[in-house]
Amino acid sequence: MGNKKYIVSPSPHIHADVSTTSVMRDVIIALAPATLVSILAYGWAELVVILVSIASCVLLEWAVTRWLMKRPSTVGDLSAVVTGLLLALNLPSAIPLWIVFIGAVVAICVAKLPFGGIGQNVFNPAITGRVFLLVSFPAQMTNWNPTPGFIPLPDAISGATPLSALKEAIKSGSTIPQFMQANGYEMSSFLWDLGASAGELSASALVIGFVYLLIRRVVKPWIPLSILGMMTLVSLIFQGINPDIYTGPVFNLLTGGTLLGALFMATDYVTSPMSLWGGVVFGAGIGLIDMMIRYFGAYPEGMSFAILLMNCTVPLLNMWFHQKKYGRA
Amino acid sequence: MGKVTFSMGGIHPHDSKFARECAIEELPLPPVVYVSMAQHLGAPAKPLVAVGDRVKVGQVIAEPGGFISAFVHSPVSGTVKGIAPRKDLAGNPVMHVEIAVEGDEWDPAIDRSRDLVTAIPDDKAAILDRIKACGVVGLGGATFPTHVKLSPPPGKVAECLILNGTECEPFLTSDYRIMIERPKEIVVGAAIMQKVLGGCRCVIGIEENKPEAVAAMRAAVTELGYADIRVQVLRKRYPQGGEKQLIDAVLHRQVGSGGLPIDVGAVVQNVGTALAVYEAVQKNIPLISNVLTVTGDKIPANLQHNYLYRIGVPLSFVAEQAGGVPDTAAKIISGGPMMGKAVSNFDAATVKGSSAILYLSEAATRRRPETACIRCGRCADACPMGLEPFLLNRLYKAADLEGLEKNAAQDCIECGCCLYSCPAGIPLLDHIRQAKGQVMGVIKARAAAAKAAAEAKKQ
Repeated sequence: MGNKKYIVSPSPHIHADVSTTSVMRDVIIALAPATLVSILAYGWAELVVILVSIASCVLLEWAVTRWLMKRPSTVGDLSAVVTGLLLALNLPSAIPLWIVFIGAVVAICVAKLPFGGIGQNVFNPAITGRVFLLVSFPAQMTNWNPTPGFIPLPDAISGATPLSALKEAIKSGSTIPQFMQANGYEMSSFLWDLGASAGELSASALVIGFVYLLIRRVVKPWIPLSILGMMTLVSLIFQGINPDIYTGPVFNLLTGGTLLGALFMATDYVTSPMSLWGGVVFGAGIGLIDMMIRYFGAYPEGMSFAILLMNCTVPLLNMWFHQKKYGRA
Repeated sequence: MGKVTFSMGGIHPHDSKFARECAIEELPLPPVVYVSMAQHLGAPAKPLVAVGDRVKVGQVIAEPGGFISAFVHSPVSGTVKGIAPRKDLAGNPVMHVEIAVEGDEWDPAIDRSRDLVTAIPDDKAAILDRIKACGVVGLGGATFPTHVKLSPPPGKVAECLILNGTECEPFLTSDYRIMIERPKEIVVGAAIMQKVLGGCRCVIGIEENKPEAVAAMRAAVTELGYADIRVQVLRKRYPQGGEKQLIDAVLHRQVGSGGLPIDVGAVVQNVGTALAVYEAVQKNIPLISNVLTVTGDKIPANLQHNYLYRIGVPLSFVAEQAGGVPDTAAKIISGGPMMGKAVSNFDAATVKGSSAILYLSEAATRRRPETACIRCGRCADACPMGLEPFLLNRLYKAADLEGLEKNAAQDCIECGCCLYSCPAGIPLLDHIRQAKGQVMGVIKARAAAAKAAAEAKKQ
């Protein structure tokens, strides 16, 4: 062998071309269509919110890992970029930037790093940040006055989110058809749903991104299917009971944070179960809690709360559900 | 019949069969061979020759050292120069018989003609004796003595002989070449084993990336016309050649934990073993040679070979004949990239089960630095045994032997799919191998204690 040194290490000797960074990059690519649509719709303000959110998350992660935790920085794995982007897509574009920064502090310095950083956190960092802001700054977090965008939007509705307006109307004794008629709404108004956070703007952009993740085999469809399936089931049952006060499945699936949450937040590896059936139960729980909040809770929708609550059950679900082993019952 | 495959886990690495078009060449004889006494699973063989003895090609030089063991024959003619421990490819001392090569004089009892002998002997016991006497062992990787595997324990019946032509490890092409070049001999070998097993059916499993081998084997099966042999095309998926996976793919049956293939009526043999059985039974040729692939990534075509080598030739001699170790090589592997062993001693001798000398470049073999587990579940998706490597890794670090056994660490087949798939570069298999060893120790100790207690009760 001459004097040249050769590597000696145990098998396997080859490795798949995949890394944490490449996985996170795929998630960023998958979020690109929705990000683009929200920037086109809400203009410079949205772009600035996104940039501030990402920059804050990355900077905070870098500073805390380097100076407080004294370990190699993990910003290279791009997970902080994903957190920043998801947080931004959950915020209204008119939000003051200092609030965006507080959201990033909660996401990175409360939800993520104290638990040990990537892979260790119990709660989804972006959602934790968003929920913290929602309960701390309710006025700013529900200011859905659209900022001027680059493209005109159909059926632009300003003011209070139609979702919460509808909820208020039903609470005060009105029925869904009456509400629609009184406000001159069509069902399609809700599909562009300007009252939703920026990133939820276009269901199709989110779905396209998610299909990319499926094709790249980054995520599996069980959790989203279970969430959407459960929401459809609950909606059908309640709509069947009383269509005047209970909204139907199409409305519930396409409004609020449903798609962004189900496709991109509930599927976060770290805070979701690892087995198929664990994922199905996790998703069903999220769908059920979200629907209960929508029908009976104080908030117009509850995807973020539902995901956070079900995040708590993940260790148990991982303990209860295992995949089938070869040659064992 | 459509393509089938095993039911859980598995990965799809690039098959990298760069040496597939290289016809089998006979490797020139080296000046000296070193024949290992421990080149089969089970007890090492006991040398029967003494220093200074003259031996012919095919002459017995060692006898089985136990029930699970095998005869060893001289692969060359010449003089025994030494019987002493010598380092194997991992650097561990193993007893070897050193023979200086003089000419190429074969044992006269061996039929060296290439004439195909299709008539199968009637006496099953005689066939088994011949297989045993010729030192045939499984050439699919485990080198388990073939005559033992072909003698099911009382009460167990073989329903199906599965011939493993999957060659699912990337880079390897030796099985492919013998299926192309010697398909009829392989089919006769299969028919012999069918006969020994009591006339069970035989399925030859070949992955879809080897259509030429499928065609050649199908033509041979048709031409020879033995009863109940067919070729089954399998989807390309690693580790399809794993015994348990192949049984699952072909028979849709799963062998229980700690069980044997015969428990579900299966006997699995490699196509290379079938060829060795043919040569042993029909031609009286003992297992003194085998085919290995010399290949690697980013190495020129003229450095790629499939060699018929005499067992005991040093790896370094094979490499020299093949044109030397390429400059790009950062790791030298004996065997495939998934389950082969990294070579630390290139002067080690080839053994019955050597299948390849594989050169991998730094880029191809580099392990990613370990980062935190992101719980993506790729390892569990990839595990063909349905295990959860991330969990076993955690339990290993916590030294939780009970948890490891409960989560079936002992079922690991060490195929490497988990470590291959991990985006965080966690050395999952390194840890699970250790864990498996510890759990096996516990299980064995418990069995021994139970046996002792039962005997104490009897008295």
